[in-house]
Amino acid sequence: MELLGILIISALAATLSLIPAGKRFGPVVTLIASLAVFLLSLRIALATVTGGEVVAARDWLLCDSFSALILLLVSFVGLAAAIFSWGYIGATVEATEDRKIRRYYSRFNLFMFSMLAVAIFSHLALVWIAVELTTLLSVFLVSFESTPEALEAAWKYVMLTCMGAALALFGILLLYWGMSLAATQAAFTWAGLIAASPKMSPAILYPAFLFILIGFGTKVGIVPMHTWLPDAHSQAPSPICALLSGVETTTVLYCIMRLLPMFPGSAASYAGTWFIIFGLISAGLAAFLLIQAKDYKRLFAFSTVEHMGIILVGAGLGSFSAHFGTMLQIVSHSVTKSLCFFAAGATLMATGTRNISAIRGLIRISPLAGIFMMVGGLGIAGAPPFAVFLSEFSILKAGIMNGQYLVIGLLALFLVVAFFGIMYQINRMVFGSAEIVMMDERGLLFGRSIIPKRNILPLTCIIALVVTIIPVILFGIYLPEQLYQLLYHAAASLGRM
Amino acid sequence: MSEPDLLFSFLSKLNALAGGVFLLSAFGLVAIRQMLTCLRLYVFQSLLLAISALILGYHYGSIHLFVVAGLTIISKVLIIPWLLRHTVGYESYAKREISQVINIPASLLIALGITILSYYIAGPLVTAAGAGVFESINLPIGLASLILGAFTVTVRREAVPQVLGILAMENGAFFAGVSIAPTLPFIAELAAAFAVLIIALVMGLLTMKISKTLGKTAVGELIALKED
Repeated sequence: MELLGILIISALAATLSLIPAGKRFGPVVTLIASLAVFLLSLRIALATVTGGEVVAARDWLLCDSFSALILLLVSFVGLAAAIFSWGYIGATVEATEDRKIRRYYSRFNLFMFSMLAVAIFSHLALVWIAVELTTLLSVFLVSFESTPEALEAAWKYVMLTCMGAALALFGILLLYWGMSLAATQAAFTWAGLIAASPKMSPAILYPAFLFILIGFGTKVGIVPMHTWLPDAHSQAPSPICALLSGVETTTVLYCIMRLLPMFPGSAASYAGTWFIIFGLISAGLAAFLLIQAKDYKRLFAFSTVEHMGIILVGAGLGSFSAHFGTMLQIVSHSVTKSLCFFAAGATLMATGTRNISAIRGLIRISPLAGIFMMVGGLGIAGAPPFAVFLSEFSILKAGIMNGQYLVIGLLALFLVVAFFGIMYQINRMVFGSAEIVMMDERGLLFGRSIIPKRNILPLTCIIALVVTIIPVILFGIYLPEQLYQLLYHAAASLGRM
Repeated sequence: MSEPDLLFSFLSKLNALAGGVFLLSAFGLVAIRQMLTCLRLYVFQSLLLAISALILGYHYGSIHLFVVAGLTIISKVLIIPWLLRHTVGYESYAKREISQVINIPASLLIALGITILSYYIAGPLVTAAGAGVFESINLPIGLASLILGAFTVTVRREAVPQVLGILAMENGAFFAGVSIAPTLPFIAELAAAFAVLIIALVMGLLTMKISKTLGKTAVGELIALKED
């Protein structure tokens, strides 16, 4: 029942927030709905820590450990983004434009609905539709600021990801064909597919997998289909960026990873090899593109591409310990990346520019934004003692235990390059004497402003930052027993049972 | 020749004809300059998808495919053209697209190459499955339209042909789908038709927003965001 409840609450909140009842109504409804969804997801996650399933309708709506993990992440980041939106939208959108604000909250809830549905649905045809909806329901959030750049980003986003979705649809139909030819009685769900896969003809299974990998991979931001991602993830309002980068990519990656147990064997399996190839290309290219980023939101967007690559490599390595590291990486990336984008939003509010080289001494302009930016940067780059360090380290370790030295060597190199790329840029912004360099479109200098008064962040933004920084620090030093169990069973579901 | 054989042979030939014209209309979307003609071509292509679904539904005795045909006609032949014409605005359709990324003869040659490639990819699939005459028509043609749709999006600079390219990709996937997945549950068919409607609506509204803000619908000319 909880599963249906989650979907109904988020759909209801989307409708309610359209009601014109004062400017506080939309944020309050969204906040209450996000909190309720988070608590329900927590309940579901706790019910699946022992490896069980929560079933609302067999073959249609069902959650096992892996999907409960995704559900928990989406609802957690969603809650934080709802809190952050209160202050951010309140500060950046004129209060007279109440229609725009209502639409924002309605679309926010619809977007949450589609992402939660991806994790909850288990019938593949419905999963495809939910993935398609995550694009369609977030397009107008990307174009929210209505600048020419935002519209361009939204157009690229919707075109490329819909192209990808059509390719994935073809792959899913091929899988359905393979299953009906194998004459199994299993339903067309994740579990049914895994049960039927030994009987399916490889000549159909392999191309179907590739179509889905390329198709959904477009939405995940795998290089070379990533071109839309830095645009969309940098032009959207910051709370939406946190959702797009932190969890939307992960939910779609979850759909690809679900196919992994269909291919028996460990390291040298067909799917594992493709995962490693695409993962290394993504991590490598993104690590080098990070260095030249001029916009700090773009910097974090490239870091998302890099992390998607790391997760793919981890999943492709094949051993259980690598899969466990991958699950940990999914969790740590989601929470850390949302912290980064909230910090980016706070920085944008304090300085009014997205240009890295225009900002000096952020820590003096706005101490809070500076501190969170620094922690977010260190966290996402993988410095100890933060969560990403632990998860990256366990993936590297698992790979070395497997003896895949070349893959791990390359991955470690890219991690180091990305670390220096991110930290170089963040250091330039955070430290130094406080000034904002004003530049025109072409990057020509025309003035400097030294801001004497300290900017004050809205209280809700600070709460959101604090809420997200807790797991970033906590999971680096201590993993709660329940979460460990959840990750353990989720990792086990990636191997063949 | 007995009567069922005759009927089967007639149906398979009719389906092959529908498939051939379906592929031809995918070529048309790559090359035709008039926007309104492109839209009409898309409607025609959707109609052919519905016809193929009807033929296969009759052959397999499958009520599912009759539902697919009905949903296709309602959503793609009636609602989507109406949606696209009302959201985008009539003046966009009066225009001709002057410059494409690749000139028309070259892009038609590439499209031909894509079609041959699709047959090359789909061939082993059809043999491996020991598939019948309908699959061996629908699968390669569906795949070819899928990839041709993606190609349309990359070579066209105007918003409307790009949207039609995406929708043609979906059509291609479903054209293959009616032959290889004739028993998908009703709720999936309904939801898929709904998703395609939302695609058309969202892209139409975004086009309108772009044309209002920037005063043009040549989305291929938007190149502010890129790496230096």
